[in-house]
Amino acid sequence: MTAALDIRNLCVSIGDKPILQDFCLVVPKGEVHALMGPNGTGKSTLAKALAGHPDYTITGGEVYVDGENIVGLEPDVIAKKGLFMAFQYPSEIAGVSIANFIRAAVQARLPEGATFSATGYYKDLYAQMDLLKMDRSFTSRSINEGFSGGEKKRCEILQMLMLKPTYAIMDETDSGLDIDALRIVSEGVNRMRGPQMGALVITHYQRLLDYIVPDKVHVMAGGKIVKTGDKSLALELEAKGYDWLSTPLEAVTA
Amino acid sequence: MVADTANTLPIENEPTPSIPEAGSQEAAINIDRDKGNFFYNTTYAYDAGVGLSEATVHYITDVKKEDEWIRNFRLKALDVFHSKPMPTHWASKDLENIDFSKIRYYLSQGQKPSRTWEEVPDDIKRTFERLGIPEQERKFLAGVEAQFDSEAAYSKMKDSLSKEGVIFVGSTEGLMEHADIFRPYFGKIIPTGDNKFSALNSAVFSGGSFIYIPKGVKVKQPLQAYFRINAENFGQFERTLIIADEGAEVTYMEGCTAPKFETSTLHSAVVELVALKGAKIQYITVQNWSDNVFNLVTKRGLAEEEAEIKWIDCNIGSRLTMKYPGVILKGRKARGEVLSIALANNGQHQDTGAKMIHMADETTSNIISKSISIGKGRATYRGLVHIPKHLKGCKNNTECDALLINTDSRTDTYPAIDVRGAANQVQHEASVSKVSADQIFYMQQRGLSETEAMSLSVNGFVNDLTRQFPMEYSVELKRLIDLQMEGSVG
Repeated sequence: MTAALDIRNLCVSIGDKPILQDFCLVVPKGEVHALMGPNGTGKSTLAKALAGHPDYTITGGEVYVDGENIVGLEPDVIAKKGLFMAFQYPSEIAGVSIANFIRAAVQARLPEGATFSATGYYKDLYAQMDLLKMDRSFTSRSINEGFSGGEKKRCEILQMLMLKPTYAIMDETDSGLDIDALRIVSEGVNRMRGPQMGALVITHYQRLLDYIVPDKVHVMAGGKIVKTGDKSLALELEAKGYDWLSTPLEAVTA
Repeated sequence: MVADTANTLPIENEPTPSIPEAGSQEAAINIDRDKGNFFYNTTYAYDAGVGLSEATVHYITDVKKEDEWIRNFRLKALDVFHSKPMPTHWASKDLENIDFSKIRYYLSQGQKPSRTWEEVPDDIKRTFERLGIPEQERKFLAGVEAQFDSEAAYSKMKDSLSKEGVIFVGSTEGLMEHADIFRPYFGKIIPTGDNKFSALNSAVFSGGSFIYIPKGVKVKQPLQAYFRINAENFGQFERTLIIADEGAEVTYMEGCTAPKFETSTLHSAVVELVALKGAKIQYITVQNWSDNVFNLVTKRGLAEEEAEIKWIDCNIGSRLTMKYPGVILKGRKARGEVLSIALANNGQHQDTGAKMIHMADETTSNIISKSISIGKGRATYRGLVHIPKHLKGCKNNTECDALLINTDSRTDTYPAIDVRGAANQVQHEASVSKVSADQIFYMQQRGLSETEAMSLSVNGFVNDLTRQFPMEYSVELKRLIDLQMEGSVG
């Protein structure tokens, strides 16, 4: 068994329109990879397809989570296999408090016969909230309802810290964040870093990667990865812009 | 699989049914996933037969050995029932599918309500045990009445309450043994001719609770009635009258279930509440009818000066429910409240609402209605708020919120607010929201199944309302919602 998120020749369509063609990427457990690229290249499509969104049809390929193919599984089953996605636009759910929502998600993961400890749960929840500098009163607010952009993203990271996934996909978590929020969110991610988790950080901008330093950087264009390098690739992109890649991109896709 | 009860029932079709001797009891068990969807075969000693005529009314009155004035009250009501058309000019055409000539109007084993569960006939006792009634009684109730088809099988109140003068009996017993207390209000809050189904109930009523709380007595724990329909092709017509004397307080809870039969079942109750000066009545309903039940119920309360009547009404299940609990705010500073939740699943129509009739200065009313439509389920809200011009300082607040789960669902709101005069305040808010596919995906991504995600959204939607319910009932309601959701996915 390979301890990795291993995407092999993945083809994804929305309706009749193919977005990803033979997409390949391996994120070994314990590593943080960044996925960069201009708008409309299929980065968010990749994230949602991996998580099993019903609107994204997988027409070919496999996705292995620690050796197990998750293509075709229900979203909740994929989630329980350890794959977490931090949403770019998290949904608002009226009347469902953060505490109850995360609690339901934690309980859904309990192995059969195990009992849920409410005291242990709240101890953990408050500790993670302190780390993210979230006020305790947050727990009783409805999920994402009336949240600012920064609050929504912090709430996503809180859920990630509580659910302890083996692979996290962060879909433009930095968008809409001011510099303080960016720092806090990054601290949350860095706290999860370690041999037990792999992460794929999707972003437009290099600035997030100042805080979450990636092991590898992949650049995506036209539904494929066109360049892979270390963290210096992100800096190079920042300096030269995505146009710098357009020539080799055409060469690759032609 | 549901067995056919008809095989063991002494059905009589002749127009003048005779009163048979108590028969033997047979039982067979049928188990299904739904809590209420089971029944034990029962032999009925008393059966008014199929169809409705004067003979049916005489039969019921004879079996119950009622006074002549009650017989005449019933016969007059039967005429009113026949003279009134079905209200299909505004209500659902589905009402036309009720075949009054195929319904059985009275079924009992001839039991007197027992004071201990040991004395309750085995098949009936098993039914209530399976529904958890004796357990709830031990845990948190001050008194319980358990009605099985037409008559109560069990009725018991804590001794301390009888010592304080609290009366908790069935309708016939109330009218016969405590006529001085109940007769003056019986049929006064909801007259026989209020609507076709109140007339039907007035003709063939049986069972229900007649409750009197003396002056100043505050009953701390709730009194509960449980209405169980066991027989097929049956109509249950319980009659309830609750009188809280000056300064008295009481909470009454009713629960209802029936097994799922192929043919339709009719439940048509009349509930009248009287809150005298400064009294408080809270009436809580959690119905979980199977989806072959026509549930056509009339509920209204009268609130005197500074009195308070609160209806908490949760409608889950049934084929068609029509129910609009109301409060007549007769005395100064009287308060009326209706908090209602209706859940319409595939094939169900919840037509519910509230009526607030302001008749005195400084009266206030509050209506919060939440409906959930799933699949082809349909929810309708009808409200009536009436504040005449000559009154001052009256207030009404109405909120109705609808939640739609999937695009086939339908919801309609018909608020009728007739508020006159500048010295009164009224506030009305309505909203319609949807559980979107993206919301479901978001929750599933966190590890919740589609069913759990829908349950969570529905519970979230009703959450601010259920917080105001007694704890035992919010727990029960949440469980019922979860059960409904299980059947609605896939």
